[in-house]
Amino acid sequence: MKYSISRFIVSNIIKNIFPRKGTEYFVLVGFILVLLIILMAIFAPFIAPYDPIKKVGEILERPSGKFLLGTDGLGRDVLSRIIFGARTAVLVTFLAVSISLSFGVLLGLLSGYTGGKFDTVFSLVMDAMYSFPGLILAIVLAAMLGPGILNTAMAIAVIYTPTYFRMVRGLVLSLKESLFVEAARAIGAKDRTIVFKYIFPNVISSIPIVLSLNAADAVLTLAALSFLGLGLPAPTPDWGFDLRAGHAYLASRIWWPSTFPGLMIVILTLGFSLLGEGLNEILNPELRR
Amino acid sequence: MKNLLTIQDLRVYYYLREGAVRAVDGVSFFMKRGETVGLVGESGSGKSTLGLSILKLVSSPGKIVSGKILFNGNDIAGWNEKKMRLLRGSRISMVFQDPMTSLNPLMRIEEHLVETIRTHQKIPKAEAKKKASLLLNEVGIPPERGGDYPHQFSGGMRQRIGIALAIALNPDLLIADEFTSSLDVIVQFQILNLMKKLKASHQMGLIFISHDISLVSEIADRIALMYAGQIVEFAPADIFFSEPLHPYSEGLLNSVPNIELSDQKLNYIPGMPPDLVRPPDGCRFYPRCPYGEDICRRKEPPLVQIEKEHMVKCFRYDGKKSRT
Repeated sequence: MKYSISRFIVSNIIKNIFPRKGTEYFVLVGFILVLLIILMAIFAPFIAPYDPIKKVGEILERPSGKFLLGTDGLGRDVLSRIIFGARTAVLVTFLAVSISLSFGVLLGLLSGYTGGKFDTVFSLVMDAMYSFPGLILAIVLAAMLGPGILNTAMAIAVIYTPTYFRMVRGLVLSLKESLFVEAARAIGAKDRTIVFKYIFPNVISSIPIVLSLNAADAVLTLAALSFLGLGLPAPTPDWGFDLRAGHAYLASRIWWPSTFPGLMIVILTLGFSLLGEGLNEILNPELRR
Repeated sequence: MKNLLTIQDLRVYYYLREGAVRAVDGVSFFMKRGETVGLVGESGSGKSTLGLSILKLVSSPGKIVSGKILFNGNDIAGWNEKKMRLLRGSRISMVFQDPMTSLNPLMRIEEHLVETIRTHQKIPKAEAKKKASLLLNEVGIPPERGGDYPHQFSGGMRQRIGIALAIALNPDLLIADEFTSSLDVIVQFQILNLMKKLKASHQMGLIFISHDISLVSEIADRIALMYAGQIVEFAPADIFFSEPLHPYSEGLLNSVPNIELSDQKLNYIPGMPPDLVRPPDGCRFYPRCPYGEDICRRKEPPLVQIEKEHMVKCFRYDGKKSRT
């Protein structure tokens, strides 16, 4: 995109490598956390010491030199599993956010611009979805769709689509009355041109913040789904699933199989949240003091 | 010479819950190629709606109810969106009131021009860019600045850009809606002169919509004075300013402040324009008219033709002067 929003964010992040204010550290820390986990996901086969789905030691071995974070109930290396688990988390989050973003933004643009009955119907549907408790909706959908990366991603995406829809539609409603859109109409621009060249670029600046905050939420939702066994099929390394599998041993003071996956969920969620809140602070001048 | 634009009995209503607002209620006027019509009236008199309806850009709940809009001899009032789109920007274009918000904040001004040109002419981007820099030059903006965004320009410069956009495709008719109102007096004058120059070099007809009658007197060949959705007087500019006939014209010209006169009192027309949802039965100016008679209250005055190109909507001239 020629428009400067992405450049603006990047330049702001670069500027904030040497932050001046507390909130600007948020972005930096969040950015680093997210980046680390993404790198971990990409290079998982090179970092992980063992195969994450093979029995490589005794069951429930304590953390030691051989198994840095110990082994789980099936004798698999916990470290390798959380490293490969990053793949699942990042991939599903990415897919879920992309799906909800595409649908939400596109429908929001269409609905807001066209108006009339079309708009009424879509707004009602989206509001109905929005008013439903997110996790419960995802559980129902995940149960209906069955396990699998794409299915889980779709179940999660449904929760966030209305967020984008509502935001974009609201902006479009005010933008389409603006003078420059009327001016575009007066030069004979087609509706398609008006939507994508005049309205859309003025909408996207609000997206990154929502996107980042939704990603944080999506990580948690995925963890919850996996925890309930509605996520990915069994041997796939998955933080939520491992947390669930490990929590049975907590009573016998075997803490490592559950603590480390749980910690990863916290770190990734925190990373996205800090990034989102920080971006909000930087990109939204009204919140600046 | 054939008329460039003829408007016959045009009615544009806004349908609100309280009823239909008759923003334009039976308006007729005409203009020839290359002429300037000054469309004058106070706020809410319907002049902007009239301007927009020539491009058929009146947005819902507004609707063109009836009447003819003859542009180059074709009645465009019945045209569909697709046909209108080809006309907008190429044959009829518009300059807007507020240059601060009439440009897309995220588009470089060069892109604005290229976009306008390429909407109507299928030419390569490079060629359109060349045209764009010529246009910028013509309106007095250094072409090097084509890559800048709208917020990097002052109000006057942005209005120059707005004009460049409007003349990009050599339209036959330009509608300028209060296009100098948000500028200071000096810049107003510069822009007005620019407009005069361009109008002559491009042979454009201009509808200059303004509430500022002294500004209009600088540029207009004909004056159409609107009051409460109707044109009350339509006359050649020189005649209008030397010998205004309608009581409203008279009052309006009298209320232009004159610094050469010593008395400090500001003249004005007492009263308020009528409610356009339920306009008075008779003459709409009657409640404020100093010459009002009984008939004015009961019957709507006819449009009296004083001379060939001079019309007044008032009983005072009905049958008194010769009709030609």
